[in-house]
Amino acid sequence: MLGFRLTTPAQKFVAFGVIALGLLVLPFAVEALLGRTWVRIIDVALLFVMLALGLNVVVGYAGLLDLGYVAFFAVGAYVYALLASPHFGIHLQFWALLPVGALVACAFGVLLGAPTLRLRGDYLAIVTLGFGEIIRIFLNNLNRPVNITNGPLGITLIDPLRLGDMSLSRHYTLGDLTIAPVHSYYYVFLACALFSIFVSLRLEDSRIGRAWIAIREDEIAAKAMGINTRNVKLLAFAMGASFGGISGGLFSAFQGFVSPESFTLLDSIMILCMVVLGGMGHVPGVVLGALLLTALPEALRYVAPLQQSWFGEVLVDPSDLRMLLFGLALVLMMLFRPAGLWPSRVRKREFAEG
Amino acid sequence: MDIFVQQIVNGLVLGSIYALVALGYTMVYGILGLINFAHGDIVMVGALVGLSVFHALSGSGLPVPLVLLLAVGAAMVVCMALGVSIERLAYRPLRHAPRLAPLITAIGVSILLQYSAALVWSKQYIPMPELLSPTRFTVLGAHVTDLQAAIFLLACGVMAGLYWFITKTRVGTAMRATEQNKEVAGLMGIDINRIISLTFLVGSGLAAVAGIMVVLYYGIGHYSMGFILGLKAFTAAVLGGIGNVRGAMLGGMLLGIIESLASGYIGDLTGGFFGSNYRDVFAFLVLVLVLVLRPSGLLGQASGERA
Repeated sequence: MLGFRLTTPAQKFVAFGVIALGLLVLPFAVEALLGRTWVRIIDVALLFVMLALGLNVVVGYAGLLDLGYVAFFAVGAYVYALLASPHFGIHLQFWALLPVGALVACAFGVLLGAPTLRLRGDYLAIVTLGFGEIIRIFLNNLNRPVNITNGPLGITLIDPLRLGDMSLSRHYTLGDLTIAPVHSYYYVFLACALFSIFVSLRLEDSRIGRAWIAIREDEIAAKAMGINTRNVKLLAFAMGASFGGISGGLFSAFQGFVSPESFTLLDSIMILCMVVLGGMGHVPGVVLGALLLTALPEALRYVAPLQQSWFGEVLVDPSDLRMLLFGLALVLMMLFRPAGLWPSRVRKREFAEG
Repeated sequence: MDIFVQQIVNGLVLGSIYALVALGYTMVYGILGLINFAHGDIVMVGALVGLSVFHALSGSGLPVPLVLLLAVGAAMVVCMALGVSIERLAYRPLRHAPRLAPLITAIGVSILLQYSAALVWSKQYIPMPELLSPTRFTVLGAHVTDLQAAIFLLACGVMAGLYWFITKTRVGTAMRATEQNKEVAGLMGIDINRIISLTFLVGSGLAAVAGIMVVLYYGIGHYSMGFILGLKAFTAAVLGGIGNVRGAMLGGMLLGIIESLASGYIGDLTGGFFGSNYRDVFAFLVLVLVLVLRPSGLLGQASGERA
């Protein structure tokens, strides 16, 4: 894939060292070159890497189309927001809440998956699509008569992440270096994203991962091989949901604010695009997709002034342009490169055979 | 009692719109086994084309029935052209691809349609111009407008026509044959591709009519209106038994009534905790319940295709 192979342990060690060092200094290098906004964008990109990897378990490995994935993200985000903010006056510890968010999201996943997963995959697509919308309706309306979610206004002043006594929302200095919150969050998110990559790769090679892939390729044959397809699919769904829940908690802490606005169908579609564009079922592809698609909208911001100078007015709003491109990308990818930009070998073969 | 009758009346009107849209889902699903996610957005395009015609002709002094006819005609032409080209360009090349591929394409087409519409018609809510002034009369203690009655009757008429077309004509028979077994139908000399195009043509035509009805009934149009409508119509199709034409009609009407009754009574039943702002939730609950209790729907046959 890279054109050359790292063979000796020494070469691998050096390559590993270079990459690790690069990742460590990345936020400061980016800040020096492009400004602090881009460090924030990288933080968000890492969050989306986690989300895309979670959806990849469902769509990529098990071949189940989940169109409401952002709902699990929302559940995780609100669990953290409600239990660590002045809204209810509860301030639980982040590290205790993270598994809670994952568990609640997982429970929703099972609740939703159980009735639908014994049916054909298409039903799951439409049920998750509906669920994504329903969660948003509830978040929007559960402020009356008892105020639970604070409705469309969202929840503010959410506690930041803490590592021991160190709050990540404060600035620290290390010699001449100022470590801003965006930098601290970068390291936390990087660690989480790397952990997600590790988990994904290990899952792929595990007994369960192979069962997922078998189901994706031929469910009836998988059943004949003695796989309990319903439970295994449910497991994929629950696992994907937990990834979403954890990312949601991180997102809440990072933003300090959540509102139903952040969890629309379009966000689900964007995460799906990351998985599809990168290469369903292939971890490096999915990571690439997530990074590309987070950077793309930022790059599209520069298109508005361009339109201004060419046509004298902004013809297409950048966020609409982004959605048009996403729609087009989904269609064109399926038609011409269904396995994604950076596909795994197995997947490529499967789509080629049709 | 009056409220009950009133909600039934509202439900029937709503249900007849759902039924028209549900037919499009169910016919495509019957033949291709594909959930055409873009179908709701075709309804949206029909609605917005209709609105444009209404706006263009509302001050022109043309008689109202002619304006209505022109709007329906324009919407149908645009929607049919869209539906057939979408099938041709986006679904046909993927007919033998793995299941996931056409589903993802359908989602892509849906997004494309929505945001193209946002470009053409802007993202504002587009109101209906002053064109009709519905008169109200009272039936069994419920208020009914002549517009509601017209929507209901027209929908019933269109559905009766469709049912006749599918069951009695040669082309309709070919459609049913294709639905049962594409290969064998092909061997019998049926041009499968033409039949599939025709299915999209008919479905999109019905969607256009439904779109105009939505605009007349609610008096407003928006580029994202197709999403929830599509979701509900799909639910209606599943409720009736997906792939089954009579089922879609029955499912649409039932869903309309369920939704009206539920959003009318939920405030009283839950002591005001939930209000009618949760009305969009009921269709989803119905969908999940049907999938749990009777996945083949009310009129569908239990098939071996559950895996």
